[in-house]
Amino acid sequence: MTPLELLQLVAYFGLLIVLTPLLGGFMARIFAGKRTFLSPVLRPVEVITYRLTGVKADEEQDWRGYAVALVVFNVLGFFVVFGLQLAQGVLPLNPAGLPTVEATLAFNTATSFMTNTNWQSYAGETTLSYATQMLGLAVQNFVSAATGIAVVSALIRGLARRTAHTIGNFWVDLVRSTMYILLPLSLILALVLVSQGVMQNFSAPVEATTLTGVTQALPQGPAASQIAIKQLGTNGGGFFNVNSAHPFENPTPLSNFLQMLAILLIPAALTNTYGRMIGSQRQGWVIFAAMLIMLITGLSLMLVSEYSSNPVFGVAGVLEGKEVRFGITNSILWGAATTAASNGSVNAMQSSFTPLAGGIAMLNILLGEIIFGGVGAGLYGMLIFVIMTVFIAGLMVGRTPEYLGKKIEAREIQMAILAILLPSAAVLLMTALASVTEAGLSSRANVGPHGFSEILYAFASASNNNGSAFAGLNANTPFYNLLLGIAMWVGRFGVIIPVLAIAGSMVVKKTAPPSPGTFPTDGAVFAGLLIAIILIVGALTFFPALTLGPIVEHLLMAAGRSF
Amino acid sequence: MSNQSSARPLFEASILRRALLDALRKLNPLQQLKNPVMFVVEVGAIMTSAILIRDVLSGGGTEFSFNLQITLWLWFTVLFANFAEAMAEGRGKAQADSLRKARKEMSARKRIGDREERIAASHLRLGDLVVCEAGDQIPGDGEVVEGIASVDESAITGESAPVIRESGGDRSAVTGGTRVLSDRIVVKITSEPGSTFLDRMIALVEGAKRQKTPNEIALTILLSGLTIVFLLAVVTLRAFTAYGEVESGIAQTTATLPVLIALLVCLIPTTIGGLLSAIGISGMDRMIQRNVLATSGRAVEAAGDIDVLLLDKTGTITLGNRMATTFHPAPNIAPDRLADAAQLSSLADETPEGRSVVVLAKEKFGLRGREIADLKAEFIPFTAQTRMSGVDFHAHDGQAPRSIRKGAADAVKQYIIAGGGRVPNEVNAIVDGIARNGGTPLVVSENADILGVIELKDIVKGGIKERFSQLRSMGIRTIMITGDNPLTAAAIAAEAGVDDFMAQATPEDKLRRIRKEQDDGHLVAMTGDGTNDAPALAQADVGVAMNTGTQAAREAGNMVDLDSDPTKLIEVVEIGKQLLMTRGALTTFSIANDVAKYFAILPALFGALYAANTGEAGPLAALNIMALHSPQSAILSATIFNALIIIALIPLALRGVNYRPMAAAQVLQRNLLIYGVGGLIIPFVGIKVIDMIIAAIGLA
Repeated sequence: MTPLELLQLVAYFGLLIVLTPLLGGFMARIFAGKRTFLSPVLRPVEVITYRLTGVKADEEQDWRGYAVALVVFNVLGFFVVFGLQLAQGVLPLNPAGLPTVEATLAFNTATSFMTNTNWQSYAGETTLSYATQMLGLAVQNFVSAATGIAVVSALIRGLARRTAHTIGNFWVDLVRSTMYILLPLSLILALVLVSQGVMQNFSAPVEATTLTGVTQALPQGPAASQIAIKQLGTNGGGFFNVNSAHPFENPTPLSNFLQMLAILLIPAALTNTYGRMIGSQRQGWVIFAAMLIMLITGLSLMLVSEYSSNPVFGVAGVLEGKEVRFGITNSILWGAATTAASNGSVNAMQSSFTPLAGGIAMLNILLGEIIFGGVGAGLYGMLIFVIMTVFIAGLMVGRTPEYLGKKIEAREIQMAILAILLPSAAVLLMTALASVTEAGLSSRANVGPHGFSEILYAFASASNNNGSAFAGLNANTPFYNLLLGIAMWVGRFGVIIPVLAIAGSMVVKKTAPPSPGTFPTDGAVFAGLLIAIILIVGALTFFPALTLGPIVEHLLMAAGRSF
Repeated sequence: MSNQSSARPLFEASILRRALLDALRKLNPLQQLKNPVMFVVEVGAIMTSAILIRDVLSGGGTEFSFNLQITLWLWFTVLFANFAEAMAEGRGKAQADSLRKARKEMSARKRIGDREERIAASHLRLGDLVVCEAGDQIPGDGEVVEGIASVDESAITGESAPVIRESGGDRSAVTGGTRVLSDRIVVKITSEPGSTFLDRMIALVEGAKRQKTPNEIALTILLSGLTIVFLLAVVTLRAFTAYGEVESGIAQTTATLPVLIALLVCLIPTTIGGLLSAIGISGMDRMIQRNVLATSGRAVEAAGDIDVLLLDKTGTITLGNRMATTFHPAPNIAPDRLADAAQLSSLADETPEGRSVVVLAKEKFGLRGREIADLKAEFIPFTAQTRMSGVDFHAHDGQAPRSIRKGAADAVKQYIIAGGGRVPNEVNAIVDGIARNGGTPLVVSENADILGVIELKDIVKGGIKERFSQLRSMGIRTIMITGDNPLTAAAIAAEAGVDDFMAQATPEDKLRRIRKEQDDGHLVAMTGDGTNDAPALAQADVGVAMNTGTQAAREAGNMVDLDSDPTKLIEVVEIGKQLLMTRGALTTFSIANDVAKYFAILPALFGALYAANTGEAGPLAALNIMALHSPQSAILSATIFNALIIIALIPLALRGVNYRPMAAAQVLQRNLLIYGVGGLIIPFVGIKVIDMIIAAIGLA
């Protein structure tokens, strides 16, 4: 690693820390319904939106009402994307004349974008028309991200309010998240990306003849607008198949840097929004610190592993499969940030990472996408672990565990367990199924532990709504399309609904004022404890599986064997 | 029962014997269902037993000795957990037995109109009137409606000194099973047979009606959730192993069903799962050891959450009574004249305050006690109207008549002014000064002159200030309740170091204050004895009624202190905290243990996979960081450790973790170090040691 690369890492995390309170404060005002500098322009649009859709903006919902609205909206979104794919052959904006999408793939893709997973079993440029990409995927890129933000804002209200009943209005949260946060940020980022050379047009693919004399179809399309939201919304679904390794998606080191920053920006800032809304920014920073420590630790291990001598090849820093234009550090940072943040985009292939680096990327996902995580999803997932930590360790101070003065009782534990259990169960059971059936095994590109990692990674990615692929696995089969699709549903709503239930049960509780007898959740000890609980719960669940994938592969590589 | 307040030894032979039997009885799967974690262990034990029997019958099974050992240790795991629960229950049962002796068949003298009828106590109904005379056992709970008697309550409280019970007032409640020592009382029965205080007490200590507390339910959910997680991990592990076997072409002979069951049992939180109910029962038991009866485990748990204590000043913060500490003479009055008059006016005053004046006069001025009869004096008793008492000497033997009065400052001053006398400004200054310092001024006058002021002071109990500052560091606020005026109250509050006080507090004020604190999110505990305390006791999150109190108070609270010691409230809170801490500590310990168990069992399971040549150690043998002897010994050691740790922790579960009053942050750090970090390290050592023993004696 060069000093310049190190400097870039420092700049990256430094900027992230600086931007967190800025954007965090802005978002806190949005969720509280306060005026911001965007209000003069956007407020009229917002009001008209409510009037046209019949939303009663000042009527709040209890958690059940909120959940119903959310599920209905998302299911409708699913059917729109599903329908667009089945009908794209006869719809306009299809200059390449792409045919109707196969049903299981359409199911998988619609689920994928509705659940903010953005797993792609298909190659974008050869499968989906511009209409599908823009009306289907790009819309879902916004609203699935907005859904995540809405859920976390509802949970925060549940924690912040005392003895109330409602946790907000889903429609309002959805509109405001989209209109005030995602759209303006995407607009800025898209413009910057266009300035760097990212594609934004409606042209058909261009035929070109390469230096070696081969003709190649250079894909075109409205990429920049979709890429901005793909990163900001921790979606990750590429416009082109190779995603951000494609020069039209990610042309320059600056575009690479900005995209990486965009991936973590909103999830990081939400911790500060959270702190402000519950009246203690410190609480937010503790969560931010826990996330940052886990990210940097994982990243460091990945970098060490990559830059160590590879016994199979006898060299250190193997470039195969990395983003050669930006180097190993940028490939690994991208890998760490995207797997931490539930973003499915790639600029290098995880499969080409060393077994340990790939394993850590996988662990980032398996822990539940809570190291910053998806927009909204990362924070609410983290808060689930906060509740678990408070419950387990809080008893040790001799009081019924309480968080922010609210008692953690049977109902919250039940829901928290459910939210942790459901995605884990999907990963384990489906990986087990795929690893002993012909339908599962035949899609592998490699045998042995590496082949196992491919399967495990796919289900981990789907169940935790990450969306990145390990590369190698041919997931476009009915078996994988269906199983992975189901995993995405479970991983999304199996967490969102328990989270909203927790918001609903916490909002009615009284808040005990803090005292020296209260379990402190705003210090370094708590951050450490939180990390320990996450690692222990995550590791205990997935240690056997990881042992047979990346760990054994690493040990074999050390012995000079590869698969 | 008379030694109830002295702690029972942790392992008493008779309790131990009964617990061993109960442990076997509790193997009934229907009983185990209440505890999901241990139920899973039992199902696992049944499955390995079935495999064992199948192997014996079919003559097959190469791993007979190994499987047998696994099976035995799984059964031991269940038995150990049962034993822990039975031990905790046994201690209660032993206490219940001695209580039952007090409940042997009694007869009652029921009063019907003017006559009496002898009936069995079990036929008494609510509202019946019964007569009890010296030597009679009181047949049921009730309220004295007539008479006064001394009662031996040692059957309930363990306290052998008799107590006075009288009709009216706050000492009217009597408990069935206690014995009248003198005099005669008529008691109105207030409870149906079978639901008397004694019955409830027996049920409580036996744990017959034990229900899971809210926190226990939440913890059980967490433990069940973890059990499901590990069930998934182990079930899918078989499929992953199969993948590895196919890919590496090496059969992993250790991945048999008994081994997978052993792995599951090691991973699920059996330590806390096995000890959870023992911890809860022994928490109530510790209350009983201190002579506090909690009506439910929920109340004990709530005690740990208390962050506001309402404490009655008298008896809790100060010694029962005020004492005279100084005589302040008025201008131009000789100090011994004041002392003499004060003494004379107090001779007939049998109240502790009155006696303390006599004592002070004797100590300071060497004035001896005199008999009123010898002095030919007339004693003027205290009345609520005059708020004065005193003594009148009629003119005799050439002495002028003397009329001495002693009483509340304003009452005596009015009396003097009405009689044409004058109150010197200096006296007013003294009176104000005393009141400001928390004392009570009593003004003494003779005829038309004010002689001076007696200063009565509350004596704050030794060590109470330190106690309160400890409580403060634990985040518990203390509020002193007193009928005193605000000035006096403030001075005592400052001296005792309470956080707040309520002066001139009426029962309604108390109730209002509790509601307000609760609205602010606090949990409030208080003690009370009077009927007018009942609403506040019921409203408080923890209401400790004094056993000497009225029936209404005892019904309203969720705890009864048999010793009637208001200071006990602080201990009650500590027991509650200790209970929750013990639960948290063992949960943390249990979860932390799993790390080592993975490092024991996973290499044993996967060690051969992807070996370069069949029969050699595979790459994953590198995970065997404890260098355990063989795959079999590793699995066995982990299973044995998992079972033995339950036995090893039974004393901790029964006694509770060490408790010291500290701030939450310190408590957390301390317990994290012991049970978190300790829980990570101990099993590595324990498993290694067991493995060395197993290898040495050739068990696997």
